[in-house]
Amino acid sequence: MSILIQLFLQFVLISLLAFGGASATLPEMHRFLVVQHHWVDDHTFSSLYAISQAAPGPNVLFVALFGWHVAGLAGAAVTLFAMCIPAALLALLVEHYMSRYPHHTWHLVLRRALAPITIGLVFATALIVFQGAPVHIGAILLVIATTWITLRTRFNALWLIALGALLGVLGWV
Amino acid sequence: MSDIAAPTAPMAITPWTLFYTFASMGLQGFGGVMAWARRILVEDRGWVDNREFTELLALSQILPGPNICNLASILGYRWCGVRGAVAAVVGLLGPSGLIVLGIGALYEHYQNAPGVEGAVHGMTAVAVGLVFAAGVKLAQSQPRNLRGPVLGIAALIAVAALHWPLVWVLGVLIPLALVLEWRSSRSTNP
Repeated sequence: MSILIQLFLQFVLISLLAFGGASATLPEMHRFLVVQHHWVDDHTFSSLYAISQAAPGPNVLFVALFGWHVAGLAGAAVTLFAMCIPAALLALLVEHYMSRYPHHTWHLVLRRALAPITIGLVFATALIVFQGAPVHIGAILLVIATTWITLRTRFNALWLIALGALLGVLGWV
Repeated sequence: MSDIAAPTAPMAITPWTLFYTFASMGLQGFGGVMAWARRILVEDRGWVDNREFTELLALSQILPGPNICNLASILGYRWCGVRGAVAAVVGLLGPSGLIVLGIGALYEHYQNAPGVEGAVHGMTAVAVGLVFAAGVKLAQSQPRNLRGPVLGIAALIAVAALHWPLVWVLGVLIPLALVLEWRSSRSTNP
């Protein structure tokens, strides 16, 4: 099967499993791209995710970098399309046919039930991105500092990314 | 009588203004654009009120797929039909997507230049911290019970340590979580 078709099918599946936002599905992309097909190595996977955070836009755009690394511009277009469009069409069907029905009760039960699973997947994402970077005491300290600053202050994420890049250039992490 | 500036005339909603609005949202948002979506759509444009936005956000989160794409397509469709949905989604993903690819191309080209590898390592550590903090924030918002942490840790181990396919993991955990949630909501509201 051509790579583009495989990318398309897998990312459609991933998008339909993305109940907790795009970052909760990063472990599944890692399993598919790194563990199963060896199209991307661990280090590149983490690096592409990291540099996507330096660009503006929806979080989901990191999938374009994975697709691009595997199959060039066509790969980027196919993965981003697969990740967003079928799910958006499903959302339109729900909006068109179900928006008149009150759905607050099942919303609430579903959200409450899914939240713990999403949280587990988000921590899995952090772990998988971390394991793609070389183990270094400075990096561990920077992870802890970033977590603390994000939780305790309203410091903009972009400045933290820039600070991380600077510390990295200086060879501290 | 009053010194408060009169609100400027609301921008008409057309596919073109939808494209423009969602594009500017995408280009301003770093680390996720949902906060910007609320600010621009509710406060700046006044196209939706806060309650409607919150309901729509809840619906987008329940539906599979990236939340912001679902939100863009639903709002675009609600206001301008299929053309509106296309305009909103393309506006959201197009311009910022080109920037992401530009940064990716720069990285691929210069990754062996001195300092670049170090910079990316630093950015990776920060990215990990940002994701980790998002997980902590979500966990803090959860009710204190046993089933939450058990389900979360099960999901974490299954995907991060065992590398099981997500479709199997969710196929087991979602029905289990629904049953547990349903039972507990029944026992608290007899």
